Amino acid sequence: MKRDRTCTDGGYALEPNEKLDIHRILQDLENYRPRRTGWTWREQQPGQQLGPFKYSQTSAPLKQSIPLPAAKYFQNIDPQPDCVITTEIASGRFEDDIRRMRMAAWHGADHIMVIRTTGQSHIDGLLEGTPEGVGGIPIARKQLRATRKALDLIEDEVGRPINFHSYVSGVAGPEIAVLFAEEGVNGAHQDPQYNVLYRNVNMQRSFVDAAVAKKIMAAFGMLQIDGAHNANATAREAWKVMPELLVQHAINTAYSEMVGMDKGNIALSSVPPTAPPGPALSYDLPYAVCLRWLFSDYKVRAQQNTRHIESDGREATVTHVLNLLVSRLTSADVQSTITPDEGRNVPWHYNNVAAVETAKQALVGMDGLRDMLEIKKDGPIPKKVRELAERAVLFLEEIKEEGYFNAVAKGFFVDSGEYPARNGDGIARDPNGGVAAGSIVKRDEDYMAPVCHHFGYNNLPGGLSKPCDLIGGCTLCKRDKIVYIDELDPEDNVEKRLEAVEERFGSDSVRPEVEWAKDSIVAVTVFFAEPEGIAESAALELAERMGLEQAEIIHKRVIHPAEGTLIELKGTVPFTLKRSQLKIAEKPRLLSEDEIRRDIAEHPMKVVCGTVGEDEHSVGMREIIDIKHGGIEGFGIKAVYLGTSVPVEKIIDAAIEEDADAILISTIISHADIHRKNMEKLARLCVEKGVRDRFILVSGGTQVTNDLAAEAGMDAGFGRGTKGIHVASFLVEKRRALWAEGKGRKRSLDEN
Amino acid sequence: MQRPCDFEERWKHLASLSDEELKERFWQLARDIVRPLYDLAYTHTSPSIERSVLLRMGFSSLEAQSIVSAAEKRGLLGKGAGHLVLALAKARGIDYLQAGKQLASGNGWDEVAGLFGGEVSS
Repeated sequence: MKRDRTCTDGGYALEPNEKLDIHRILQDLENYRPRRTGWTWREQQPGQQLGPFKYSQTSAPLKQSIPLPAAKYFQNIDPQPDCVITTEIASGRFEDDIRRMRMAAWHGADHIMVIRTTGQSHIDGLLEGTPEGVGGIPIARKQLRATRKALDLIEDEVGRPINFHSYVSGVAGPEIAVLFAEEGVNGAHQDPQYNVLYRNVNMQRSFVDAAVAKKIMAAFGMLQIDGAHNANATAREAWKVMPELLVQHAINTAYSEMVGMDKGNIALSSVPPTAPPGPALSYDLPYAVCLRWLFSDYKVRAQQNTRHIESDGREATVTHVLNLLVSRLTSADVQSTITPDEGRNVPWHYNNVAAVETAKQALVGMDGLRDMLEIKKDGPIPKKVRELAERAVLFLEEIKEEGYFNAVAKGFFVDSGEYPARNGDGIARDPNGGVAAGSIVKRDEDYMAPVCHHFGYNNLPGGLSKPCDLIGGCTLCKRDKIVYIDELDPEDNVEKRLEAVEERFGSDSVRPEVEWAKDSIVAVTVFFAEPEGIAESAALELAERMGLEQAEIIHKRVIHPAEGTLIELKGTVPFTLKRSQLKIAEKPRLLSEDEIRRDIAEHPMKVVCGTVGEDEHSVGMREIIDIKHGGIEGFGIKAVYLGTSVPVEKIIDAAIEEDADAILISTIISHADIHRKNMEKLARLCVEKGVRDRFILVSGGTQVTNDLAAEAGMDAGFGRGTKGIHVASFLVEKRRALWAEGKGRKRSLDEN
Repeated sequence: MQRPCDFEERWKHLASLSDEELKERFWQLARDIVRPLYDLAYTHTSPSIERSVLLRMGFSSLEAQSIVSAAEKRGLLGKGAGHLVLALAKARGIDYLQAGKQLASGNGWDEVAGLFGGEVSS
């Protein structure tokens, strides 16, 4: 069910250069109405042309976004893959998460998944207000409403609908499903097996509740994601649970469909079961093929392998990329991302973005892979696929024989033996035990529930067009009936937290942040040429002397038992910077393209350029010169390019011979400070030859800054990200300044 | 339960199935397994289900919590919490939201029990 937008956001719209104002989000929440319900897929654009390239697996571009770093070499295109990309954000304070959601959306996330606070699945009822969470967010109406309202603004800003998602599990599933339907939550995890196996919720209660929850989710078009991947994350030998993963997917899928959920709204949370140093693809690929064959009518949410994530962000990223390769070799409707710091801490802002970028980068890079490759029919995969399906069928046969509840009681699930082998280490649950045992009640013959989308036996009177006619409309049909509770706890709420941050630091403060507003956490990467034990102690001592408080090692990697250890640590800084006291470098004012062109047309300019020293890098200089790349030639400046590895003496001689106005050197190699030495040499030789006043001296390179260049005697230096217009604008302005000082000379047209 | 892998013995009856037949068997078994669970759900309710009904009727989470706990204590959940509210409203000739608020504050339960022919709590 899709509904039209019914309410505006009070005229508040986000501006790219302004921070999101949480206070405005919290204003007038009692009157907020979600603009739609149900899930939204990306708008597919097969065969799309973006910049110089044609793509086969991309979707509509964003209105505003931050492209991948290398986009500058490709006309700044930001292709968006075909599948929805997930990011999981839940720090415990939703007001801080909202800002992170905005950052993630700008990098390509359109599925925001909010993890619940520890223990919420055992709370028999709804929470209200905005208490602080632990390892997640306490899901409550106000928190959902504020987040959905913020996401409306964010989706307007980036120009793509954002799906909001959380969990319909635990012992309050049906109520949470109603809450989600009312508040415009677009997708949810729902899988009674998760309750039973991992949360020890009574299995009868779990399945009875799940049917009601699923029916409501189905009526509102929410995408359901199951919980099967947890078997992989839990089992001792994770890759052996592949037959069981298929079985768990099947049980939840069959149950959901029986209750009335559309196939297209049922997504399997499928995880590649293993990771390097295992030969990952030889397990993961046959499994992925088997899953997509057996579940061809359903959606796949490709979850990242979390079972094998340690504190090494690099390793986590490589595993993620291999998982993405599996997605591209098979298919994914929703591509999940797990932050590379998941093995260390509750994820930090920029690591959510890193994971989203990893997915975007890898998926776009592998665009059209299946147009080029196919799985060998006579290779090992078809045989493995068949055998996996057979093992899953055998598993189902045995469950059917036992009955599901008995099978769980006997520990059939999450056993590390590859079915039909059993190691006896599965999770066994008592059908009459667990949280909320004995709480289901048989519906009497006169049982009645006067509301819509209610699953199960319901002895309604005849003649109704819909059940809620009996009460003049239910909240699912008549929103005005929803009861909004603002806060229950006068101390533990968002307003108090915002006040506390404001009071403690003031609005002029600038402090580092990874998770919560101004949390002051910094990370330090340090290598010691020492063995592990010494390196660890040294790192902590180092942190103390650096003035870091609450220092903690978050990652350690032995590079060699004797020769060295890499340590990453975090700590908080005890001081506050003041925004008003910061010296903010002014961005150089650029002349307009027209003004530069006019100036050069009136007074032609010639420059001599080249990469100096023993340096074969040519790309940077060519970008600055070349007319095709928006270089200085495009403004009419005549450039004499001498190539690479040009001796400094030679470039000066050429400038004299060409009667140039300026010398542009590129100096990329910075080993042993060679870039600085080259600049100094150029300045010195110009002085020695008595030509310093004749030439404007400009240097450029990845390690060059304007300050460094000025110290070395240059007139200007340009670093990363420089475009031709920056250099052209500088040259014109510098020449005008020289004229004003009575230096330089005005070249007339016929001189060129 | 511990068991060595006996795949080779168990597997024989599947050998003759085509891939499509194997897939159909997979889904038939899954449906067979969940059918009794579906039937259980169809005929049963729970405190959370009844609170979800009250929420949909326009009660707050706090009111829903209170009404369902009281109904559970009196063994009346099998009637449906919403049903109890409507019955009291009808008996007292008041709006159902008002009736629910009365039940949430602990009033009217003896009357409700009487309406459904139940024992009046002492």
